[in-house]
Amino acid sequence: MITTVASGKGGTGKTTVAVNLALSLENVQLLDCDVEEPNSHILLHPKITQTKPVYSNVPVISEDLCIHCGKCAEFCEFNALFIAPKATMVFPELCHSCGGCMLVCPKDAITEKQRQIGVIKSGKANKIETSYGELNVGEAMAVPLIKAVKNEMKPNKNVILDAPPGTACSLVSSVHRTDYCILVTEPTPFGLHDLKITVQVLKDLKVPMGVVINRAGLGDRKVYDYCKKENIPILMEIPFSKEIAELYSRGVPFVTKMPEWKNRFQEMLKTIQRCQK
Amino acid sequence: MEKQVSGNAKNNPKVPKMTKEMTILSGKGGTGKTSVTACFAVLAKNAVLTDCDVDAPDLHLLLKPKIMETQEFKASRVAVIDSDTCVQCKKCEEHCRFGAIANQVVDPILCEGCGVCVYVCPVAAIKLEKRVSGQAFISKTKYGLMSHALLNPGEENSGKLVALVRKNAKKIAEKNNCDLIINDGPPGIGCPVIASVGGVDVGIIVVEPTLSGIHDMKRALELLGYFKIPALVCVNKHNLNEQNTSDIVEFCEANNVEVVGKIPFDSIVTKAMVEGKPVIEYAPDSKVSQEIKKMYKKIHTVIL
Repeated sequence: MITTVASGKGGTGKTTVAVNLALSLENVQLLDCDVEEPNSHILLHPKITQTKPVYSNVPVISEDLCIHCGKCAEFCEFNALFIAPKATMVFPELCHSCGGCMLVCPKDAITEKQRQIGVIKSGKANKIETSYGELNVGEAMAVPLIKAVKNEMKPNKNVILDAPPGTACSLVSSVHRTDYCILVTEPTPFGLHDLKITVQVLKDLKVPMGVVINRAGLGDRKVYDYCKKENIPILMEIPFSKEIAELYSRGVPFVTKMPEWKNRFQEMLKTIQRCQK
Repeated sequence: MEKQVSGNAKNNPKVPKMTKEMTILSGKGGTGKTSVTACFAVLAKNAVLTDCDVDAPDLHLLLKPKIMETQEFKASRVAVIDSDTCVQCKKCEEHCRFGAIANQVVDPILCEGCGVCVYVCPVAAIKLEKRVSGQAFISKTKYGLMSHALLNPGEENSGKLVALVRKNAKKIAEKNNCDLIINDGPPGIGCPVIASVGGVDVGIIVVEPTLSGIHDMKRALELLGYFKIPALVCVNKHNLNEQNTSDIVEFCEANNVEVVGKIPFDSIVTKAMVEGKPVIEYAPDSKVSQEIKKMYKKIHTVIL
């Protein structure tokens, strides 16, 4: 089973839930899809055994063959090509690697080269297998790297996917074609507002979902009212606790110091699996 | 930007006026960007406010804008196959690099609207249709004019929508002679963040003293360095872990980055949020508010 942990609003506790859930289960693979700011490794301390570069394809123009006809630039939906009077310029960070410019070039003046956009690091933290992506600083497009991280998936394991914040394409490509989504929120107006947008994304993608309320006790009751109205199960509440926050600040997953929580995480996954059947 | 400067300089040759722009960012989400930005909005006297977090915007929950103008945002296109014309040659499937076509059906979630399928189709059965990806707003708040937006759930092109938000902000700043634009940035360091910081006068990184917070701050600092944007740092909830806080201060000193403020943890910030008010208005005498005020003054002297 593939379970995504997502949130909409940042900093609600996605990584906390993903890592503590992983530590409570057997036969686990944790994939950190927050390639802009991956944090799960800070809590898990995996021993990294493999670092793989990830590339995207970008066009290379042969100035010998190019006649500056402009067909490639005209075709490119992403403005990644620009025809100057005597040269064709490529803006690699805008390129989506669709290959269209090569198809339309009448002189076969375009080839592709690989450009590194980041790396995937893989390893083990005790029994947990984990991979995370690290987008190069200055690189705009996270989606190709997220897809590459998802390619590391081992479907015979309990796969937990730690998603990036937000409700745009990075979230979509993380949660797309996964079996269930745990939405972590906090009981505040910001948490609720962004939760609602995320719920819409998941409904559009037809991914079943449940909510974990983190920092329960802070804020107000409106998240609870909303979940009840929308018929979204509340899977777990993690109280607002100085102890948990302090452990997190030092990079310590709280189930390692409060082992009674392992059982609750296991129960949560059982509940999810029951919903699935 | 340059155009604007020369234009203003012409009107008032002695004091060339220039709109300054700052972006509040963090790398890691949930460190307090929006709560801090809302306070800056209260403190700023003649500023345009923006929310550059277009897919999970929250600033409007504190500033309560009244929308004056709404713009449709159409940035992307999606392939549509006419099944009556389609001869099932599967050329489109073969050429699509995004795996978006299966059995003559386009998965709009995977389709990036590149148009390769349209080009390779031998019977012209495919066309690209514009999709509305979101809306941009220009609004009034009691603290000044605001430019913000809402990306449709799950959409692409958040960077382009951020660019539109900033363009609108510049327009209204120029028209109303505002000297400052305050941008509330999104989390991360990717596309919408790059669009939020490009060309601004200063980036203010709000960091929490956790190992994750520090890791993400470093990447955000690298990003600002990459685009040659001056950086300032504000530690939020500093007393959550004093050791980490002093590590942040030390790291910043070693890298020549000024720490302009240290805000203590106080549940009053959440209470203010629940009331839908900037904390500086809700609890002006709290330590949090005092510290933010001091910090704002410092930032002001740095950029103006």
